[in-house]
Amino acid sequence: MSSQAELDKVIRSEYEAGFTTLVESDTLPPGLSEDVIRFISAKKGEPEWLLEWRLEAYRKWREMPEPEWAHLHYPKVDYDAISYYSAPKSMEDRPKSLDEVDPELLDTYKKLGIPLHEQEMLAGVAVDAVFDSVSIGTTFKEKLGEAGVIFCSISEAVQEHPELVRKYLGSVVPKSDNFFAGLNSAVFTDGSFVYIPKGVRCPMELSTYFRINEANTGQFERTLIVADEGSYVSYLEGCTAPQRDENQLHAAVVELVALPGAEIKYSTVQNWYPGDENGKGGIYNFVTKRGVAHDNAKISWTQVETGSAITWKYPSVVLRGDNAVGEFYSVALTRHAQQADTGTKMIHLGKNTKSTIVSKGISAGKSSNAYRGLVRMGPRAENARNFTQCDSLLLGDRCGAHTFPYIESKHPSATVEHEATTSKVSDDQLFLCRQRGIDPEKAISMIVNGFCKEVFKELPMEFAVEAGKLLEVSLEGAVG
Amino acid sequence: MLEIRDLHAAVNGKAILKGLDLTVNPGEVHAIMGPNGSGKSTLANVLAGRDNYEITGGQAILDGHDLAELEPEERAQAGLFLAFQYPVEIPGVSNMEFLKAALEAVRKAQGKEEWDSVTLLRKAREACKQVNLDAQFLKRGVNEGFSGGEKKRNEIMQMLLMEPRLALLDETDSGLDIDALQTVARGVNSLRSPERGIVLVTHYQRLLDYIVPDHVHVLSDGRIIKSGGKELALELEQKGYGWLTGEEESA
Repeated sequence: MSSQAELDKVIRSEYEAGFTTLVESDTLPPGLSEDVIRFISAKKGEPEWLLEWRLEAYRKWREMPEPEWAHLHYPKVDYDAISYYSAPKSMEDRPKSLDEVDPELLDTYKKLGIPLHEQEMLAGVAVDAVFDSVSIGTTFKEKLGEAGVIFCSISEAVQEHPELVRKYLGSVVPKSDNFFAGLNSAVFTDGSFVYIPKGVRCPMELSTYFRINEANTGQFERTLIVADEGSYVSYLEGCTAPQRDENQLHAAVVELVALPGAEIKYSTVQNWYPGDENGKGGIYNFVTKRGVAHDNAKISWTQVETGSAITWKYPSVVLRGDNAVGEFYSVALTRHAQQADTGTKMIHLGKNTKSTIVSKGISAGKSSNAYRGLVRMGPRAENARNFTQCDSLLLGDRCGAHTFPYIESKHPSATVEHEATTSKVSDDQLFLCRQRGIDPEKAISMIVNGFCKEVFKELPMEFAVEAGKLLEVSLEGAVG
Repeated sequence: MLEIRDLHAAVNGKAILKGLDLTVNPGEVHAIMGPNGSGKSTLANVLAGRDNYEITGGQAILDGHDLAELEPEERAQAGLFLAFQYPVEIPGVSNMEFLKAALEAVRKAQGKEEWDSVTLLRKAREACKQVNLDAQFLKRGVNEGFSGGEKKRNEIMQMLLMEPRLALLDETDSGLDIDALQTVARGVNSLRSPERGIVLVTHYQRLLDYIVPDHVHVLSDGRIIKSGGKELALELEQKGYGWLTGEEESA
């Protein structure tokens, strides 16, 4: 069999997580207006200031044009055809423990390989699981409480810790930052909130799994992580969604605040339904992720992206303080008709700031994979340094890889290095593997995993294994 | 064990092998020699099943399997091993990981017991030692940044672990200094067994000083034009290939 035929076989595998949970939802009729926002805010029992904040975001959003500069092609989203609120009915009264959770929901997670009960027992991962828009279970609260760590849904934080939310919400991604962030600010339903007190090293990795379930329901998570001076936290985010025929919009906002000397490590494994061979039914993922690193602080983004029909995502770091460090490690795999325009922005403001960007793009099928990165050295950024490495791997000859690096330097002592490569899985590599008895499917997955190794080693251990498997599944059920 | 009958093969549509016959019995070492372009490497690649190397006539049978009907990995699982002339790099995939995948696939297909990771590591270290490779090479990417000689020794190391039924060595001696050549030869000699056939494809006689073949064949224009014992190689060394092919050749 030719290697192209092998690739085709692997690429045609079906989405493993494609199933729908039969849970009745309390869903708002489609459409967006000030009344809808009032409904969401009231439903969540929010204080007046937050309602005003949302309304202001909404009014600004209505004035904003949808961005068109990305290397993406998709039909216009009809924002009036989307329902902006949905909560599983059984959640009207929040369950006090996992025992009270709808068994069908728990079963959904099990199918995805996220057994909450087992995870509770497993080594130190606290799970705040978001099903559609409402949190259904939070674990390890007590242990975190002892350390003074706050880890809860953002709705809960609004009630319990309004001073923190009010101070930091929108401080990194302003509500009029961009079209999708504006929309999110107006209608966000839930997400996670983390606060690590001064000098505390969070005793476990924090983790959230997201899942989109309702047809035509946009999901607008809002995540806010604040690491106070000298603290440390590692946060894991993983996503997957069931099969759908209509495109599903997702516009999340993640804000990270690393106060002086703090370190935030944010890892994502994203596996949303990418659509069928023609891209039909896949998730549209328009995400704004940004962190601010103050003096001597460090923010590290690691992402493994295999899902979504459309990905528009640039986890960024504003290196505000002196000696701040920003990192971005990314693997983006596209196949079928998937389109990804992803990358990062490193904004160097402080002196001696340092950033590293390692981006690995893998394209298969007739997909398109673009890296877009901005490195900006501000006028105060004395001795700032950036290193960027951008590698693309092509599987087959019908896919595309593009690199759009932007560099702006306003300080003469700043150093910016950029390396880029594009390669193909060669017939010789494949033949070497097969000559050693390894079937082509496994061989391709092994070669691709090898290509991604530099990024995987940045992931927490369990996540790295998961990411390797995910790649294998994506290339397998997908590529073989 | 290997029966090649009137084999015709083409590379990218160009006829290279034009009626080749060869029989390898268990326990035998055969050397295939011949001038550049005679089809030696083609033979090795055709048997292993490389893309674009197509059998256009005749047959190659390994232990009752018609090789033409098997995918490359199935041939490997049937016990065929090819030591490459130019081993390719696979960045980021460690030698150990690669060996594990290969041995799992092959041993499973052959109904042999699976090696646990402790056994595998021990055996791999032994094999490295045998070919004079530091065990650190097991952690490095497959052939990644290896010198030419290291790549060749890495191939032999894999061969030792895979315990093939039929080992094909494609110009394994090319680019090796005398020490490396002796190391490689020791490795190959240690694999000589009544259960195994070995086919050496080589341009030069010097490898045969260290791995003494039972049979030597001279390949020219896609056919074996002369076969003999080990003396044939020495004779070729003195007289050059032109002696048999009737052409000027600077062997």
